[in-house]
Amino acid sequence: MRDRFLAGTYSVLILAVVSYTMNSMLNDYHLTVIEFLGIYVILAVSLSLTNSFTGLFSLGHPAFMAIGAYISAILTFPPMRKAIMMPALPHFLANVQLPFYLALIIGGMVAALSAFVIGFPVLRLRGHYLAVATIGFMIIVQVLITNMNSITRGPLGINGIYPYTNIWWVYIWVVVTIYTVWRVLNSKFGRAMLAIREDEIAAESLGISLTYFKLLPLVLGAFFAGVAGGLWAHLVTAITPSSFSLPLAFLLVVMLVIGGKSITGAVIGALLIGVVSELLRPLEMATQMYGLTQIVTAIGLLVILIKRPGGIAGNKELDLVALYRGLRILR
Amino acid sequence: MSFLSLGYVLQQIVNGFILGSIYSLVAIGFSMIFSIIGLINFSHGDILMLGAFSALAFIAALHGSIWVVFGMVGIVGFLIGIVIERVAFRPIRSAPQVTGFITSLAVSSLIENLGILLLTAQPRSFNIPDYLNKLLSFGSVSFRMIDAIIVILSTVIVITLYLYTKHTRIGMAMRATAQNIDASKLMGINVNRVIMIAFAIGSALAAIAGLMWGAKFGQISPLMGFLPGLKAFVAAVIGGIRDIRGAVLGGYVLGFSEVLFVGLLPPDMSGYRDAFVFTLLIVILLIKPEGMLGREEEVIK
Amino acid sequence: MLELRDVDVYYGKLYILKGISIRVKEGEIVTIIGANGAGKTTTLRTISGLVHPKSGSIHYDGRDITHESSDNIVKLGISHCPEGRQLFPYMTVKENLLLGAYLRSDVNDIRNDMEWVFSIFPILAERQKQIAGTLSGGEQEMLAIGRALMSRPKLLMLDEPSLGLAPIVVDKIFEVIKELNKSGVTILLVEQNANMALEVAHRGYVMEIGKISLQGSAVELFENEAVKKAYLGG
Repeated sequence: MRDRFLAGTYSVLILAVVSYTMNSMLNDYHLTVIEFLGIYVILAVSLSLTNSFTGLFSLGHPAFMAIGAYISAILTFPPMRKAIMMPALPHFLANVQLPFYLALIIGGMVAALSAFVIGFPVLRLRGHYLAVATIGFMIIVQVLITNMNSITRGPLGINGIYPYTNIWWVYIWVVVTIYTVWRVLNSKFGRAMLAIREDEIAAESLGISLTYFKLLPLVLGAFFAGVAGGLWAHLVTAITPSSFSLPLAFLLVVMLVIGGKSITGAVIGALLIGVVSELLRPLEMATQMYGLTQIVTAIGLLVILIKRPGGIAGNKELDLVALYRGLRILR
Repeated sequence: MSFLSLGYVLQQIVNGFILGSIYSLVAIGFSMIFSIIGLINFSHGDILMLGAFSALAFIAALHGSIWVVFGMVGIVGFLIGIVIERVAFRPIRSAPQVTGFITSLAVSSLIENLGILLLTAQPRSFNIPDYLNKLLSFGSVSFRMIDAIIVILSTVIVITLYLYTKHTRIGMAMRATAQNIDASKLMGINVNRVIMIAFAIGSALAAIAGLMWGAKFGQISPLMGFLPGLKAFVAAVIGGIRDIRGAVLGGYVLGFSEVLFVGLLPPDMSGYRDAFVFTLLIVILLIKPEGMLGREEEVIK
Repeated sequence: MLELRDVDVYYGKLYILKGISIRVKEGEIVTIIGANGAGKTTTLRTISGLVHPKSGSIHYDGRDITHESSDNIVKLGISHCPEGRQLFPYMTVKENLLLGAYLRSDVNDIRNDMEWVFSIFPILAERQKQIAGTLSGGEQEMLAIGRALMSRPKLLMLDEPSLGLAPIVVDKIFEVIKELNKSGVTILLVEQNANMALEVAHRGYVMEIGKISLQGSAVELFENEAVKKAYLGG
C-alpha cells in the first residue's frame, strides 16, 4: 500500500519536474504541441472509461468537448464582448466573467449533465446501434451549436478566447484524469464495468443495475471531455462547431485501438497519434498534401486491426509499483 | 399561413419523392450488407461520393446518353464494392462487431481524405446536359427532366432487385445467408461469394445514387457522402433494416420527412433539419428498433 | 467411404475433439451416442466443413477433405442435417426444400425429388407455402431432413433428429431413416436417444468428453453393461 502511494507520488512529481523543464526550455511552438498531447491524453483516457472498460462504443466525445469548450469560453469572456457577440445569451451567462479553473469545471459539469440526459435513453441500446446513436448525438449537438447563432455565433464560432491554457493546467488535469480513472477502475464500479464489458447479459443476471453502471463511465468521461474542451478552447483561442466532429471522434477511437484497452494503452495511443499528426502537419502544409495525416492514421488503424487487434499495450497496465521497487533496488 | 397552399404542399411531396428515391438506393445497399454480415458500413456514403465524381468524369468524357453514364457509374461502384470487401472487411469478418464498425470508419476516412488529397476539398459544380435540366410543369408542381429520371430509374432498380432476390438462385442464396449463415453453408452456398456480391450490388447502387445526388444538388465535394450515408442508415432503420422493402420504405419516409420538415416549418428552423433526422433515429431505436416492417426477434444480434 | 483419423478440433483455446477416429462404410447406418457436450455435434460440423481440425485427417471416397470448404463438401455428396434444425425461418417450406437442392440444376429431377420428400412426409406437402418458422417442432425436423435429402446425398449426417419431439414423430423419423438406408443412402447418426439409435444402426461409437470410449456393432454396444447403465437406462 505504502509502495503504491510512493510510486504514484513520485510519478506525479517527476512529471511535474518534466513539465517545469519543458516550460523553461522549449519554445512556444513546441510547448503548444506538448499541451495538445496532454489534452489528447485527457481525451483518450476519459474515453477509455466507456469504450475500453465498459465495452460501450461511444463516438459522442467530441460533443461533450464542444459543450465544455463553448461553455467555458463564454464564461471567461468579459460581459462587454458577450453583449456584442452573443446578444441572446441569458443573463446569468452574459453578465459573469469567471476565473479559468471555475469555467473549466463548470464546462465539464454541463457536459456531464448532458451525458446524463442523453445516457438514459441511449445506453439502453447495444453494440452498433449505440454507436450510431452517439454519432447522432454528436451531429445533433453540432447542428444546435451551428444554428443557435445569437448564443454561439453559429458557424463563425468564437474567437479571441483568452489563452489561459498553459502546461501547468494541462499537467494538473492529466494527473487528475488518470488518477480518477484509475481509482474508479479499482473500485467496485470498475469491476461492474468490466463485468458489463465481458458479458452484459450475465452481468445483468448478477443483479448489476445496468443503466446506472453504464451511466457512470459515460458521465465521468463526459466531464473530463468537457474540461479537455475548455482547455482546447483556451489554447487554440478560436472554436467553431466543426472543430468537434467526426474526424476528431475517429482520431480518439484510433488512439484507443492502437494503444490498447488499458489506461496505459490510452496514454500510449494518445501520445503516438498526437506525435504522428504533429510531425505530419508541417509536411502536409509544405507539400500541400492535405489529408495526409488522416490517411496515414486510417491505414495504421486498418493494419493494427488486422494484425494486432489488441493494440500496443493490450490489456496490460504499466506497473508503476514494480517500476518503483525495481528502481529502489537499483539504488 | 398563405404559403401552405395545396400547390406548395404538392410540390414538397414531389420533392420528398425525389429525395426519397435517392435515399432508398443507398439504404438498400446498407441493408443488404447489414442483413448478411451484421456490419454497419460507414464507408457506404463515401461510395456515393465516388460515384458522383466518376459520373462527372464520364459525363465530360463521353458526351453520350445519360443512361450510359448511369451504367458505367454502376459498374465503377460494383468494382469498388468488391475491392473494399476483399481488402478491408473479409480479413476481420470473424472479429467482434465493434471491429467491423471501426474498420468501416477507417475506410471512410481513407476514401474521404484520398478524395481531399487528390481532388481538393472545394466543392465543384456538377453540370448535366441541358436537356436534363428542362423543366416540366403540371399545374403548380414542377420538376426537372433529371428528377423524373431519378424517380423512374430508382423504381426500376428497386423492382428489378426485388425480383432478383426473390426468384434467382443467387438472390435466394443471399436471402438464405441473411437468415442463417451456417445452414447456407450446408446447402453448398459459397457464403464468401454471396457476401462479395452483396457488397458489390450495394456499392453499385450507392454509386448510382451519387450521380443522382450530384445531378439534383448541382454540387459535389469529397466530403459529400458522409451525411447522406448516415441518413440512409437512418432510413434503413426506420423501414426495417433486414429487408429490401424496409430500406425502400424507410428511404421514402425519410425523404418526405426531411423535405416536409424544411418546407413546412419557418425558414430559420431549416438548419435544424439534420438534428431532426438524428433525433428521429434515436427515437425509433428506442421505440421500435426493428423498424416499420421489421420483426422483433431480428434485433437481438 | 468416410474415415476420420486422429482428428483434433479446438474452439479457440478449448480442446474439444481429442484424436477422434471413425469409419463409416458405404451402405451402413453408423451412430455416435454420448452425453451432452461430448463432442458429437462438433464431429459432424468438422466433417461438413463448418469447422476445421487442427490436426488429423478426414477422407471421403479416397479424397482428403480435411480442409475443404463446406460448399465443396456438399458437392461431394455429403449432406448434414444440423442440430436444432437450422431452417431458413422466414422462407416457406417449399423454398427451404429448394435451397436443399441449391447445387443442382436439373429442374425436373428436383421437382420429382420434392414430390418424393412430400410422399415421405405428407404433412410438408400440406404446408408447403407456410413460413418455416411457424411449423411445429416435429414438422420442422421433417423439413430439415427433407431439405437434407434434396441434394440427393450419398452420405446423410443427422444430428439429434429426435430432440424434443413426441414419440410418435420420433418413430416415424426412424422409420424413414431405415427406408432411406435400404434405398442406398449411407447414414451417420448422432443421437442422444441411444435406445432408438442402436436399434436402427449397424455399428456405433460412444463418445465421452471429446474421445471415443467404445465402439462396436450395434448389438455389442446394446449388450454392453457400461453402455446399458449410462445410456440405456440400466
